Amino acid sequence: MYLADTRAAGTTKGKIGRRVSGNVLALGMVSLVTDISAEMVTAVLPLYLVVGLGLNPLQFGLLDGLYAGATALVRLVGGHAADRWRRLKAVAGIGYGLSAASKLGLLAAGSSVPAIGAVLAVDRAGKGIRTAPRDALISLSSEPESLGRSFGVHRAMDTIGAFLGPLVAMVVLWGSLGDYSSVFVTSFCIATIGVLVLVAFVRDRPPTDGPAKPVPVRSMLQLLRIPGFRRLCGWAAALALISVTDSFLYLALQRNFDVSTTMFPLLPLGTAGVYLLLAVPLGRLADKYGRWRVFVGGHLVMATALGLVCGPFAGWWIAVCVLVLHGVFYAATDGVLMAAAGPWLPEHLRASGMALIQTGQALARMVSAVLFGLAWTLWDLRPTMIVVAVGLLVVTIAAALLKPWEKPA
Amino acid sequence: MRKILVTVLGVLVLAGAAIGYVVSARTGAAVNAVPVQNGTIELGPDRLYFRNTAAGPDEGKLASLPSASSAVRLVDGLKCDRFALAKGTGICLALQPGVLPPITDVVVVGRDMSVVYKKSLPGTPSRARVSPDGKIVYWTVFVTGDSYAATGFSTRAGLYDLEKKQLVKSIEEMAVYVDGRRYRSSDINYWGITFAGDGNRFYATMASKGKTHLVEADYQDFNGKATLENVECPSLSPDEKRIAFKQRNPDGTWRLSVVELATRKIVRTAETGNVDDQPLWRDNTTLLYGLTGSDGGSDIWSVPANGSGAPVLVVPDAASPAVLAR
Repeated sequence: MYLADTRAAGTTKGKIGRRVSGNVLALGMVSLVTDISAEMVTAVLPLYLVVGLGLNPLQFGLLDGLYAGATALVRLVGGHAADRWRRLKAVAGIGYGLSAASKLGLLAAGSSVPAIGAVLAVDRAGKGIRTAPRDALISLSSEPESLGRSFGVHRAMDTIGAFLGPLVAMVVLWGSLGDYSSVFVTSFCIATIGVLVLVAFVRDRPPTDGPAKPVPVRSMLQLLRIPGFRRLCGWAAALALISVTDSFLYLALQRNFDVSTTMFPLLPLGTAGVYLLLAVPLGRLADKYGRWRVFVGGHLVMATALGLVCGPFAGWWIAVCVLVLHGVFYAATDGVLMAAAGPWLPEHLRASGMALIQTGQALARMVSAVLFGLAWTLWDLRPTMIVVAVGLLVVTIAAALLKPWEKPA
Repeated sequence: MRKILVTVLGVLVLAGAAIGYVVSARTGAAVNAVPVQNGTIELGPDRLYFRNTAAGPDEGKLASLPSASSAVRLVDGLKCDRFALAKGTGICLALQPGVLPPITDVVVVGRDMSVVYKKSLPGTPSRARVSPDGKIVYWTVFVTGDSYAATGFSTRAGLYDLEKKQLVKSIEEMAVYVDGRRYRSSDINYWGITFAGDGNRFYATMASKGKTHLVEADYQDFNGKATLENVECPSLSPDEKRIAFKQRNPDGTWRLSVVELATRKIVRTAETGNVDDQPLWRDNTTLLYGLTGSDGGSDIWSVPANGSGAPVLVVPDAASPAVLAR
């Protein structure tokens, strides 16, 4: 059995527990800048397709489902490649570079539907490739005891970028008098700045353990022999399987609380705002009281939110409560899971391990989304929500009682 | 230290490039590529109305031409992405500039183009029509955020009853029957409404689970039943015997077609291009529609509805044709 984290992976100069490492801040900065670029495009894409090109965007909805599955597999490739050549930063850089290039690709694709589809696929592939090596870098650049805080800081910075993206897009649209290609060019420039910051300020962290020769592909699956990590993956996937995707939750909120259609696009902002505020505090809480505990607690919060959605109470304040709880759920689970996974993984396989757990989670969420849609159609919204809420509660309690988080010394 | 310097330099170059591009995009064509005459448009017969898509200061504005001549297009101040009219009522869908998430202004105008009703709805403009009696206006917008996939899109078709002053933001709440059974699904999307002359019967496309159905609906009872498959963006002929629509080809493009309601016989028109528009009946024999050209611009074409003849270019650099039928 591997016992990882034999030594502190410190690059921190400050006092332990006070500050996050410069490398984590640099990675956070890269994510912030990249997310501005990505969310700019996401915000104007429907406009560009319908008004700019006169296309029917429903076709892209169909493509999107395909990409979701493909991204999960690309993630594994990125994770493995990073570990195989011991080049976390380089592989992450390729991912960021691909996404940056795809912004210019949108201009080149013109009004050809297959070409736009291909460009969006490249963007998604870039996102898939970079995620695991980036999270491994964050993990390796942090003190083992403050992993939760490091991931919290990173995710908070990432979310700031997501907030700024649409605003920057609006400024560009205003400044260019509604020219969509200006948005893509600006997005490309910003994404390239992200790559520049990565190249200049992020230090690679080659692992100090493991063999010097390239790790074979099978070593990724062998990670599942580590009992603690295997249980972590299993429970994370099980919890993801009984989940409600964001869009379904927002739809349910709209149906139940009669949220006006003008307000509807603002619902995700509510979740993101709470996530932004709580990512760091909950990360610290996770470091102090146990990451898996906070992770499970987050799911308890989510079950409560679902209970509120299908409960007997009505009123806008319930909808606000649900959004707040949804944000708490994200803050308690997203980065915290990576922080929990880190210590189980040997340094030379950290990207592989992170890719594995993220892919498992992503595939489980996809299956869950399909099943949820099916159940909604068969039973209607409220019964489906009740079943999911109860199911989530049961699995969460099971996860809490079985204590799979018992950490190696 | 050198690292910081190089990065700052890189950031400055990239920021400069972005700002330079944005600024250069501001200066669009100073003169209209197609000459226009500025004036006041009135909604009357024997005229063709459309969105002027020719580059220049008057791009995007509502324009009008006498239907039977090649006169200079008359341009009004009103900007419309989609426009339609019937019986002295016009509807203009205009995207609010530079607003995210996108918001569409639904503007209803009277015969003299005075604004009768105005409402802002989330989404981007897709289709607009007026019932033949001029009493109901209806539209379709694309919205984001309520689809399964995070970046997916869906449509929302709504209507406004000018007599009852009643707004229906989405007809998705309507009871709908497929094969005689009440159909419930979370993924229902509607688009392309078309009303009959009685101001009560209407048709629309309903999409769910990868299929598209033509739904024949009753406005008063607010229910509908699926009658045909693969009939998108329906448009009822003035004699109410046929429906022109875009038929999806296996390769994902569309073919402009007409179905006879009594016999369900489908005729494919002579237009072989990919028509992604709700067709418009100029009269009982001719269809008008917008078509994207190879250069990415849009033109208005016409083609006989019975499958004969060939497409004819009616107005270049134009979209969203509208005429006063009947």
